[in-house]
Amino acid sequence: MGDTPHRSAHAGTGGTRVATSHEWPAGASARVAEPSGTPGMPDNGLGGGGGLPRARAFGAERAFRGLTLAAGTTVLVVIAAIAIFLIAKAVPALRANSESFWTFEGWFPNDDPPKFGIGALAFGTVLTALLALLMAVPVALGIALYLSHYAPRRLGNGLGFLIDLLAAVPSVVFGLWGRDYFAQPVADLSAWLNRYFGWIPIFGDGPYGNSILLGSVVLAIMVLPIVTSLSREVFRQTPTANEEAALALGATRWEMVRTAVLPYGRPGVIAAVMLGLGRALGETIALALTLGSTYAISFNILQSGGNSIAANIANRFAEANDTGRGALIASGLVLFAITLIVNITARAIIYRRREFTESAA
Amino acid sequence: MTATVTSHRPQPPAQPVTLRARRLPAYAAPVIAVVALLASAGVVYGAGIGGPVLVVVVAALLYLAGLYAAANAVEGRRAARNRTWSALIHSAFVLAVLPLASVVWTLVSKGSERLDGNFFGTSMNNIGARDANGGAYHAIVGTLEQVGIATLITVPLGVLCAIYVVEYGRGRFAFTIRFFVDVMTGIPSIVTGLFVLAFWVLVVSPWFNDGRPGFSGFAAALALSVLMLPTVVRSTEEMLRLVPAPLREGAYALGVPKWKTILRVVLPTALPGIVTGIMLAIARAAGETAPVLLVAGGGAAINFNPFENNQSSLALFVYQQAGEASKYSPARAWTAALTLVALVLILTVAAKLLARRNRLGR
Repeated sequence: MGDTPHRSAHAGTGGTRVATSHEWPAGASARVAEPSGTPGMPDNGLGGGGGLPRARAFGAERAFRGLTLAAGTTVLVVIAAIAIFLIAKAVPALRANSESFWTFEGWFPNDDPPKFGIGALAFGTVLTALLALLMAVPVALGIALYLSHYAPRRLGNGLGFLIDLLAAVPSVVFGLWGRDYFAQPVADLSAWLNRYFGWIPIFGDGPYGNSILLGSVVLAIMVLPIVTSLSREVFRQTPTANEEAALALGATRWEMVRTAVLPYGRPGVIAAVMLGLGRALGETIALALTLGSTYAISFNILQSGGNSIAANIANRFAEANDTGRGALIASGLVLFAITLIVNITARAIIYRRREFTESAA
Repeated sequence: MTATVTSHRPQPPAQPVTLRARRLPAYAAPVIAVVALLASAGVVYGAGIGGPVLVVVVAALLYLAGLYAAANAVEGRRAARNRTWSALIHSAFVLAVLPLASVVWTLVSKGSERLDGNFFGTSMNNIGARDANGGAYHAIVGTLEQVGIATLITVPLGVLCAIYVVEYGRGRFAFTIRFFVDVMTGIPSIVTGLFVLAFWVLVVSPWFNDGRPGFSGFAAALALSVLMLPTVVRSTEEMLRLVPAPLREGAYALGVPKWKTILRVVLPTALPGIVTGIMLAIARAAGETAPVLLVAGGGAAINFNPFENNQSSLALFVYQQAGEASKYSPARAWTAALTLVALVLILTVAAKLLARRNRLGR
């Protein structure tokens, strides 16, 4: 951006007015020179070395600049409006709540007096998202490396294109598939895990069905293409010189990946994982279809049950009355806060890392 | 490497001294794989702890261990590590392809069941649980209108915002906008739905609607445009930054004012890239269910007017049909899902092909 001049002299895009613009002094003006609109420029174009053209209060330049500024400000306004309106609608419901919003395990906002609590939902949201990332990220990085550095180039490009397409598949499709066709294999797996690894507390007793395990596996499958496609892009941008230098020093292919590709791509990979985490935290429909919709904090990931803030909003919205809507909006506010914290942390990491890598390069 | 690996073991005198390190023979990997498979089948079925899936999993682990041991003995530790990681990376690929292929296969095989004229020509109006027909015409109309309105709102706003950030913005304020655009990319879609619910449906629209909350397609379009905005801004911003500075300088040197330079020189140069970004944003918005579920109302009848009364959308239609008890609804849900995926994929593929023709690519 530093290389574009601040100043702009006017002459239209054609050639007709070039003669008048010659009369303007060539430099020294830090202000935006505005067209007067008349070819003669009677007020300041009096001759070579005459007065500098004045910036006009209402000109096309000002207008356009103002327009873009307004558009830019809209983003800030929208973010602020999201926070304000959610808070405004959530507060009456929170006032009416007769139990602790943070610790009560249950969701009865339509009752009199209303009772609802976010604890179990927030727990389920974070647990499913973390489990999904735990499963998806290693596999996604493996695929990204395979596509960028192991597969033959043509195959890698073709499959990469396919992964990009899968990243665009709507989440409701994954949810439907997970509920109708993936629940049975996961239930079998759950029974097996409980039988042989039941001594680990997270692999508790059944009944098996729409469990946190199913939800987080479906979530992992959904997040996988997104993380893969972003980190593949990052890995591909590794400077060839770095890779060749590593190979020339006698590194094996894995050593080349570990010493040249992974360190270079680290900020990008962190960004990709954080974006995946954001998606996983906010995912609604896939989890609404695959979780069991219970309101209890339990580490037993095999048992039918589990819930998340977003899935709860989708499931309970239809039946909600005024207080019910307020309660759902309050839970959405908590989700908004969680994702905001995750995102701001991620951005802070990336911005700092970016400075490091740029100064090191 | 040769020296370190082979120094401790006696060289057979018949073998000629070469510069190459000793390598595992080509048949070693398949042999280890077969042995691992047999051993794992023996262990699993012998102990009776699982079925064929467990056999494959245990065999894969045994294969990795065996490969590492063999390569370690013959080629040395570094080569062994290289081989093991390589095998792991390849198996990650296979592991991920299986479920994704299953999703695609289910989608195509189940979705083609109801792929007929009736599905695309009728709505769900007056379709009961025992009726086999009924279609998604109303949902397709809803999706197209909502996404169209959202695009009309987002594109000018997003492109102008990106122009401000790249061309005019300086210092702290521009940085703040960029930062919050980044943050906005991470806002969950359901939160944008709740925002429009709290802002438009419950507060603003009762003014025009006799005090009743107005669920409508337009509200869904508003929610979708909040979702699309950061994507459009980010992609446009990146494309504008790729426009070479000499192009701008040439225009300034000819005396063209800055706003005209942006509109006539910078934007046309970046146009293919910007259009790609917009199409990807549209594709993402078209597949969103959650915001539409909260604010559009989701009617069963055909409603061409996005400003009044309930409207459905394809994604919402899939979700609604998935929740119904009728034995005919799964087929409708899968066909609608196939239609939705086809719509999204056509947009995505077109966007990617356009991106390939973009001369500004990195």
